[in-house]
Amino acid sequence: MESVVAQAGLVLLRDSVEWEGRSLLKALIKKSALCGERVHILGCEVSEDEFREGFDASVNSRLIYHDVFRDPLNWSQSGEALPGGPLGALQAMCRRTDPGPVTIALDSLSWLLLHLPCPALCQALCALSQQHSCPGGGSPAEPVRVLCLLHEELHGPGPLGALSSLAQAEVILSGTMGQASAHILSRRPQQHPTRQTQWFSILPDLSLDLQGGPPLESQPHPEPHTPPVDPTAHMTFNLHLSESERAAKDSLTLPFQFSSEKQQALLRPGPRQATGRIFYEPDAYDDLDQEDPDDDLDV
Amino acid sequence: GKLTLLCDAKTDGSFLVHHFLSFYLKANCKVCFVALVQSFSHYNIVGRKLGVSLTAARECGQLVFLEGLKSSVDVFFRAQAEPHPLQFLREADVGNLQPLYEFIREALKPMEDGQAAWRYPVLLVDDLSVLLSLGLGAVAGLDFMHYCRVAVCWEQKGNIVALVHDSGDAEDEENDILLNGLSHQSHLILRAEGLATGFCRDVHGQLKILWRTPSQPAAQRDRSLTYQYKIQDKSVSFFAKGMSPAVL
Repeated sequence: MESVVAQAGLVLLRDSVEWEGRSLLKALIKKSALCGERVHILGCEVSEDEFREGFDASVNSRLIYHDVFRDPLNWSQSGEALPGGPLGALQAMCRRTDPGPVTIALDSLSWLLLHLPCPALCQALCALSQQHSCPGGGSPAEPVRVLCLLHEELHGPGPLGALSSLAQAEVILSGTMGQASAHILSRRPQQHPTRQTQWFSILPDLSLDLQGGPPLESQPHPEPHTPPVDPTAHMTFNLHLSESERAAKDSLTLPFQFSSEKQQALLRPGPRQATGRIFYEPDAYDDLDQEDPDDDLDV
Repeated sequence: GKLTLLCDAKTDGSFLVHHFLSFYLKANCKVCFVALVQSFSHYNIVGRKLGVSLTAARECGQLVFLEGLKSSVDVFFRAQAEPHPLQFLREADVGNLQPLYEFIREALKPMEDGQAAWRYPVLLVDDLSVLLSLGLGAVAGLDFMHYCRVAVCWEQKGNIVALVHDSGDAEDEENDILLNGLSHQSHLILRAEGLATGFCRDVHGQLKILWRTPSQPAAQRDRSLTYQYKIQDKSVSFFAKGMSPAVL
């Protein structure tokens, strides 16, 4: 993942509601800052304080924050908004003149795409990522890396396709069972596009922890703070037997079980044993034939 | 300074709005309630069951109530020069919600005399999908929420709770953009869904809780929980999936 993202050009981080990408963006920004690069951030979606949260002082000092969040549409008319609105701010970043390798982070590209026409945005991104020489001339091309956070669900296939085609690398965030993964598609010039999947997690200090494979456990962790719910707590019927109930149940003779008592009772012709008597009233249509119907069988 | 998003799909999530309204009033916060769907008396009646009096709160200044149903009619009978929070209803072209935002900012401004009568301010919106039905675009709705976040969450460290309906299969693109855009900005998403198998007398629905921290990595476990619930007269009882007392 590191080699792919370290290359210059446009890198799209595509996240979703369930798997957010801002922490990965911040981890990559921290990595660039620690390598000595200057990082320009165009912040549209969260406040500067919230964005800088989690970075330590050495990293924070290398971040240059362009705050579009506070008043993007100039509703407050206070003059604090960046001149030219968000597009002006983006174009101004194309024209900056500081030397050295630079990383530009757009938080987020989705916000810009919802407010600016797609062609203008694509042109600005092209100009930003292919910036080659300083206006002073003579010095060699400086690599510019542009990291963009894009929320996938907000845009149709048209704009997403246009931005994909501009990007040198796309990182699609997803995951399973609490473990985040990044599907990385990278397009280097004159090479086939390569795909790779990397499982990772972001530590609280915003460093990137790359993991080998998907999580090994097949079940999610049981939550330790919730006591297990006892399903037998409020039932309307009884699942258990008391001792006396169990004794009564064991001593019960089943009606069709041929026990020794029953055998004795049948063999002993008791005086109270009344033979069953059948009272029969013949109907008008009954045919009472005294002959044995089996007489003609030759058995 | 947190944004909580309530969304409902195939069921009515307004019980969450009533809960948060009574919760924040009881917690002594200054509340600005943009109520576009029901009348004041409706919320008042439910609020009384939950133990708060909206009339009293409004009179002492704790609650600023914008009754959308009543004031939307006022827009048409007022002189056009006077700004009105729901001004966009009168505009022929695609409007924005700047007047509404100004109204909210004015309502939740900390008091000039410096006395902290209330704790942090809270903005409640019920609900944002109605604005789309009234002709507003999704981006205008997102911009409005953006500015509310700036004013309420960032400047005054208050909270915002907003309800958005999820159209589900109805394929309402504008609503989806509004819902997804807000989801990305929220810290907590409470999603009330109807049961997949249909209506049930004893289990009214399912509540999914998703914690998001848009800029800080959170612990991976406990990020999302699902409970089923039953709404009773004065409260809602929650239980784990499949554990309703009616089923056991």
